[in-house]
Amino acid sequence: MVFYGEPVLELLTNLELGFSVALSPSTLMLAVIGCVLGTAIGALPGLGPSNGVAILIPLSFSLGLDATAALVLMTAVYYGAMYGGRISSILLNIPGDEPAMMTTLDGYPMAKQGRAGDALVLSGVASFVGAFLATLGLMLLAPLLAQIAFLFGPAEYFALYLLAFCTLGGIGSSNQAKAAIAVCLGLGIAMVGVDNTTGLTRFTGGSLHLFDGIDFLVAIVGLFAVSEVFIFIESHGRDSSIGVKLEKVTIPFKQIFETRWTMLRSSVIGFVAGVLPGAGASLGSFLAYMAEKSIARDKSGFGRGEARGVAAPEAGNNSAAGGALVPMLTLGVPGSGTTAVLLALLMTLNITPGPLLFTERPEVVWGLIASLLIANVVLLVLNVPLVKVFSRVLQVPAAILLPGVTMVSFVGIYSLSGSYFDLLLMICFGVLGYFLRKMSIPTVPVILGILLGGHMEVSLRRAMVLSDGDWTYLFSSSIAIGLWVAAIAGFIAPLFLRRFLSVSAINK
Amino acid sequence: MSDRLTGLIVMVVALAFFVGATQLESPFFADPLGPKAFPMMISSVALIAGMVMVLRPDEPPQWPELVTIGRLILATIILVFYAYSLKPFGFLLSTAVAAAALSYQIKTNFINSILTGLGLSVGLFLIFKFALGLSLSAFPRGFLW
Repeated sequence: MVFYGEPVLELLTNLELGFSVALSPSTLMLAVIGCVLGTAIGALPGLGPSNGVAILIPLSFSLGLDATAALVLMTAVYYGAMYGGRISSILLNIPGDEPAMMTTLDGYPMAKQGRAGDALVLSGVASFVGAFLATLGLMLLAPLLAQIAFLFGPAEYFALYLLAFCTLGGIGSSNQAKAAIAVCLGLGIAMVGVDNTTGLTRFTGGSLHLFDGIDFLVAIVGLFAVSEVFIFIESHGRDSSIGVKLEKVTIPFKQIFETRWTMLRSSVIGFVAGVLPGAGASLGSFLAYMAEKSIARDKSGFGRGEARGVAAPEAGNNSAAGGALVPMLTLGVPGSGTTAVLLALLMTLNITPGPLLFTERPEVVWGLIASLLIANVVLLVLNVPLVKVFSRVLQVPAAILLPGVTMVSFVGIYSLSGSYFDLLLMICFGVLGYFLRKMSIPTVPVILGILLGGHMEVSLRRAMVLSDGDWTYLFSSSIAIGLWVAAIAGFIAPLFLRRFLSVSAINK
Repeated sequence: MSDRLTGLIVMVVALAFFVGATQLESPFFADPLGPKAFPMMISSVALIAGMVMVLRPDEPPQWPELVTIGRLILATIILVFYAYSLKPFGFLLSTAVAAAALSYQIKTNFINSILTGLGLSVGLFLIFKFALGLSLSAFPRGFLW
């Protein structure tokens, strides 16, 4: 047990370790590349952070980067993509990803009034504030949570996984039954292959290809990236509405100064939303916007190009992205779709997130945190000079973009295993993803199920071994009971809250 | 209707999964829970969720027109062909053909599709080969990849 006698000193030593890892020229280079790539990916309509990170994982893996370098690159892409999502929200009124949706409400009206440059820079600064504060929060909260996580036994972990699925399904979907189906689908897929405890093969249908189970990367790329192609074919690549032209970009110091409290408040809200398992960035930006609107004395500007309406969701969204890393790193439970993809990256790199990560691989954790801080600064600096370049990215037509995404997915998956079977499986997941999306069955719980299914089963079985088959063992500690209550509440509460939330969203 | 049908499919699959799980043979040295219990729990939850979908369906989604469905099926076939052609025909040729065909499915413009195919094939090859250092075989001869 580490004794936190001088926590500040401890933090500084850790940060020093982190920066010594992250400040090497090659890592810095990767951070910059990741930021630029990520922003471009985030800006492209229909290619959000989860898709972007998903198609890049196989490639970064086949590059043979070491764990820290790959982590730095992909988290830079992640932060960059969260950052870039706002560009198409503001200029095209099309959110680049789901969390950027709230930014369209005031960002697009602002752009139509000829203040596109102001909106972009303001939202960029808000993103920076949100992400930076969230990284600070991560630094403070993650080691504490890691200490608590040491108290977790198999029963607590089982309850924790349940909590993640329940809240993700409860909050992330409009229909509980569909969310449950998505979770079960993922868990069921995770069962395929050899059962590690007994050596028995399960649900392979005798196919040798399935003995090792289904590679989650294949599933992720199929569900996220390949299904996108089908969605676009269906919409005939309807060319995005004519965007707002971007004039000269200047820094709106006055507005940035005026919205400073908005940014701070929204960052706190976003961070809390991000830390909660399953809630994620969409909820963070939604709550931040709603909170800002409800405390504003003059609400008439909201929805018509109000600066606070641009700053709040962006700070909240990026702060939640950072907050979501807390449960992902300390407990191995991702708080959102993109962190689920990042968890997949960690697992590919043979890094097991959890409390032990902080004591056994401090260079990975603190290197990651340091590179997040670096990525933030890089993104802020790139913000003003490069926003024009990124706004060009929006003009890439779907008929070029989508085939390109497909080819990158294929090469990525093929370079991992070199097997036709995986490619075919990826196409199957693409088709499945299309149907799930049409039926509004969320795909993120499927991924989470595939990622965590094995762990969830193992913790349940270990708990049963420890208790010799006594089921009450699952509820034998106060932590476990708390998690069960939270899980049930997280699944049921949205049934009532949704009515309330949809009413408040309509009463603009 | 779509929801009821999907719910029914979910129920059938869940049932099959459940039956499959019961037929797993537990070795005698297994842990108290064994390899069957968790899959059976998953399929039970899925069964209930499927039933809820059948009983309380949402508004059906808007399915595409017949022509678009044709395009979607065609796109799937293109992808399958691409998967099988990568190795024997090399990256450049198979990518150019598949990318052009896909591009044509998204936006029906013959010349642009051809250009997209060629551009993506050469551009991505250069990136993969020289920027990322993946070993790709460009042409349909060796089996280097």
